[in-house]
Order: sequence, then structure tokens, then C-alpha cells
Amino acid sequence: METTKETAIKALKAAFPQTIPIMAGYVFLSIAYGVYMNAFGFNFLYPMFMSMLIYAGTVQFVAVGLLMAVFDPLNAFFLTLMINARYLFYGISMLNKYRINGLKGAFLVFGMSDETFSINLTADIPEDIDEGWFMFFVTILNYTYWVSGSILGGLFGELIEFNTKGLEFAMTAMFIVIFLEQWLKEKSHSSSLLGLGVSASCLIIFGSDNFIIPSMIVILLILTLKKEPFMKAGETK
Amino acid sequence: MTMTAGQHVIIIALVAVGTMITRFLPFILFPANKPTPKYIQYLGKALPPASLGLLVVYALKDVNVLQGSHGIPELIAVILVLAVHLWKRQMLLSIAIGTVCYMVLVQAFF
Repeated sequence: METTKETAIKALKAAFPQTIPIMAGYVFLSIAYGVYMNAFGFNFLYPMFMSMLIYAGTVQFVAVGLLMAVFDPLNAFFLTLMINARYLFYGISMLNKYRINGLKGAFLVFGMSDETFSINLTADIPEDIDEGWFMFFVTILNYTYWVSGSILGGLFGELIEFNTKGLEFAMTAMFIVIFLEQWLKEKSHSSSLLGLGVSASCLIIFGSDNFIIPSMIVILLILTLKKEPFMKAGETK
Repeated sequence: MTMTAGQHVIIIALVAVGTMITRFLPFILFPANKPTPKYIQYLGKALPPASLGLLVVYALKDVNVLQGSHGIPELIAVILVLAVHLWKRQMLLSIAIGTVCYMVLVQAFF
């Protein structure tokens, strides 16, 4: 029998390579975030605690604007719910996988960013690797990249010379590869096409700041009104 | 800055709580010890591929085809990622080649 420690180390070794593209993207973006807050005169404790407590990139950038505007807590709260509503979809998708008791399970849900969700949803975890530990390490590694970059950016913002323009594409590339892998594995493409098509249409109609909520509503409506074509969605070959 | 440090703490706390509501709500509404409604089970299967599609669009949402570089560097890099991945099916390789290509394009050509 393996000890817990051995099981965990094996899972860490399997999880780390999966997080490398996220490391590139997160370290870059979170340093940029720290530098951004620093440039507006915020102490590094701001980006540090915001990354630790909020851990959601888009809304963290938006929150910088909120902190410099007139004090409006209700607006801040509802804007956050709107920007992050997509996490509701991730939660429903992960209801079975993230059913892990205790702190480990709670941390998986707490750390469910776009990137962590997409890895944990689709990763082919070898049979001899413990799934719970694997997902835990993906989550905590990504969280660590994000928080440490924010601290570095906030502390040493002005000293860092950038020629990393375009590095953030690592995460776009990762989402595309994950989508393609899902596409190659699935029996029916109905749900993939639905997500892509509805979101792209809503992006064109509503613009980049407002398309997520309409996309979610239309996707839910279609999935609810026409169940039959989507029954096989998610099944793999 | 117009706000006090205390007001800053309130704003940050509300953004954090709002984010956690969106992450925890499905797990609170449908706990493990109660049977999950059939409709939610269906959504749990039907939603993931659609969510990944939404994420792809979300990642490319700020590409402007009408202005600047017209989205050409993104288009080239996306095609390269797809091609390399279909050829080798090595996730890190596809991402690395696509990212390096994109960085060269936006730094040197666009």
C-alpha cells in the first residue's frame, strides 16, 4: 500500500506539467496586475490580498477601478456577480468531480478559475494517480502562480523590463487545445458547437463587455427546450 | 484617492464574497447527500462542452477585426495551434509553438 505522502507526490508529478502553460500566462498576467495597481499608487498588499481572496483575474482588474471611484458597495457586488456568472456553469459541470469532503473539496471550489476548471474537467488522469490529489495540485499550483506574480508585480513593478508582449496568448492557446481535444474525443459535437456558436453570436451582438450573460441564458434555453440532441454531449468515444 | 482604507476593505470583501457565491452556489444548492434533480444531472453532462466553447470565445473576445492588426496575428496563431495539435497531439508543444509564433508576430510584424 502506498502512503498518503507517496500518493500525493505521484499526483503532484502528474499535475505539474499540465499547469506549465498556466504558469506562463498567470505569472505574466499577475505581474502585470501588480504593476498596474502599483502604478495607481496602491501598496503591494492590495494586489497580494486581492489575488489571495478574490482569485479571479477579470474582476480583479475591474475592482481597481471600483477602488478609485466613488464608494458604491452594491454596484461592486452586483458587477462581480455578473462578471463571474460563468462560474455557475463550471460548478454545475463539476458537481460530480468536485464532490470531495473537507477542506480539499472546498479548496477545489474556491480555486475554480477558468484555467483550473478546464484542466480538471478534461485531463486524462492515469489510473494509478489519485484524482482528488491531482485536481488539488492543479488548483493549488495555479493559485500559487497567480498570488506570487501579484506580489512580485506590486513590489518590483517599475524595475521589471518587459519584452513579453503576447505571452498571455499561452492561455488562449490552451483553451483552444482543450476545446480541440474535447472535440476529437466526443461522440456528438452538439454541445461544443452550441457553446461556440451562441457565444460568438452574442459577442458580435452585445460586444466584449456584455456578451457572457446573454450567452449563458441562450445556451441554457436551448439546452432546456431541446434536450434530445444534447443527451450524448459529454460522452466520449 | 477618495475612499478610506476601511471602504477599500469593504469593496474588496464584497468582490471576494460575490466571486465565491458564483463558485460555491451550485455545490450548496445540490449537496452530495441529496439526490440531484434529473434536469441538473442532464445539465451537468450537456454543459461542459458548451462551457469550453464559451471559454474559447471569451479568450478571443478582445480581438478587433475592424481595427489595428485586424486579428491577423490571432488568426495565424490559432490556425498554427490547431495544425500542430492535430499533427502531434502534444498539448504543451501546441501551446508553446502557438505562443512563440504569436509573440513574434505582435512584437516584430504588427
